[in-house]
Amino acid sequence: MSNVMENATAAAPSMLEVKDLHVYYGSIHAIKGVSFHVNEGEIVTLIGANGAGKSTTLNTVAGLMKPRHGSILLHGENIAGMPAHKLISKGMALCPEGRRIFLQMTVKENLEMGGFSRPASEIEESIENVYQRFPRLKERYKQIAGTLSGGEQQMLAMGRALMSKPSLMMMDEPSMGLAPILVEQIFDIIQELKEAGTTILLVEQNAQMALSVADRAYVLETGRISMEGPAEELLHADSVRKAYLGN
Amino acid sequence: MSFLTNLINGISLGSVYAIIALGYTMVYGIAKMLNFAHGDVIMVGAYISFCATQYWHMPAWVSVIVAMAVCTVLGIVIEKLAYKPLRNATSLAVLITAIGVSYLLQNLALLIWSSNTKNFVSIVNFGNLSLFGGKLIISDVAIVTVLCCVVIMLLLTWFTSKTKMGRAMRAVSEDKGAAQLMGVNVNQTISITFAIGSALAAVAGVLLCSTSPVLMPTTGAMPGIKAFTAAVFGGIGSIPGALLGGILLGIIETFGKSYISTELGDAIVFAILIVILLVKPTGLLGKKVNEKV
Repeated sequence: MSNVMENATAAAPSMLEVKDLHVYYGSIHAIKGVSFHVNEGEIVTLIGANGAGKSTTLNTVAGLMKPRHGSILLHGENIAGMPAHKLISKGMALCPEGRRIFLQMTVKENLEMGGFSRPASEIEESIENVYQRFPRLKERYKQIAGTLSGGEQQMLAMGRALMSKPSLMMMDEPSMGLAPILVEQIFDIIQELKEAGTTILLVEQNAQMALSVADRAYVLETGRISMEGPAEELLHADSVRKAYLGN
Repeated sequence: MSFLTNLINGISLGSVYAIIALGYTMVYGIAKMLNFAHGDVIMVGAYISFCATQYWHMPAWVSVIVAMAVCTVLGIVIEKLAYKPLRNATSLAVLITAIGVSYLLQNLALLIWSSNTKNFVSIVNFGNLSLFGGKLIISDVAIVTVLCCVVIMLLLTWFTSKTKMGRAMRAVSEDKGAAQLMGVNVNQTISITFAIGSALAAVAGVLLCSTSPVLMPTTGAMPGIKAFTAAVFGGIGSIPGALLGGILLGIIETFGKSYISTELGDAIVFAILIVILLVKPTGLLGKKVNEKV
């Protein structure tokens, strides 16, 4: 029985597998042995309170921070400690916390930056694809990104991340600071991306929304994973409800 | 006519400041540091051009290219050895290092070329332009200087807005982390910025010494500080700001020296800078970006 299970996992290896990750800020031990995996085609979410280490984990996976210890396997290749600018061509994109679009560039220039790692001949087509998903961006393509509304900026950040055609898209707090109606719109888009075949690793403080869209979830607490399982189960688990869903 | 003469001299001097200020402003924009050794790179450029024409008997235009090449390499080496190891250090540590590099370059020049002043021979000599029956004379160096400044500005504007590398530079200047996430190699971008700034410094050095031919190891220091002032004046980090700041500074300095007081010329320049910064702390064209939530 266990053999069959092992064979099954070998046939469909995880797209991303993080093992025993330790990250420090100077002498502060921020991530204390986090392990998780994301299978192809899944939406996996990391939830947890402010300061639990969600963003640190994502930034480390994306190569913006270096882990002290542990491995990060992307399609089976250990990418731990590789700089961020090399990871994008391996099929990984991070839509960072606070959006971090280039505020002084136009909408189109932001999208062009998103396609920086790709040959120039493919950029126009990808921009058209992004415009199809976010018609609002097409209307405003000449506008300076800093003048967009919060929701439009989030769409631009997502569109920019999609420009690299990632097989794994990581999103850090995409709903942050948005009106409820926009939050719903953003989660609809996440669902659509999944249906289009993108694997998604989502970090959210809005646990309710994250759990309702995700397949599986991990709960981070002060740098450790305290709970994991199917999103549906965690949505109804008492401890999660009390701590993160407010009822 | 003396007004026009002064104006033209001011614009010409200001063009040199503008070209130097570009180096300060681009490096500040990308690496968020003040490279106080930039002024001394000007001096090195001038010495190289001097040696190339006087000792190695190269044509003037070749000497400029050699000077640019040497300064480009120098800029990259300075960044790699002195500033890159301090990427995550406090800005004060970087500033002190930059001042150290500045003195290092001056003293190396002292070792190589001695403290005797060299008489720089102008690289431009197609003759002065005489207008209104000789009432207004525009020097050939002034014409070339202003032309160089215009061409450099146009090229840089095109480079930063139209090329992939230029766009990457703008991205890095706005948000290093986000640029990295797009696949931009930040270290390489910083290196290229130093290379461009230093090549421009070489051009500025040659033009500066073609106008005022005294060349010694401290030649770059004062124009360096003034160009830095010009960069802050125009709004540090802004390329059009460097141009505007440089030209205005050159005009103010020239007018101040001829109409108010030769001795106080420099003091007037800095006094005006202080007033401008009191009224507009970001400089004339400096932007203050508010993040939207």
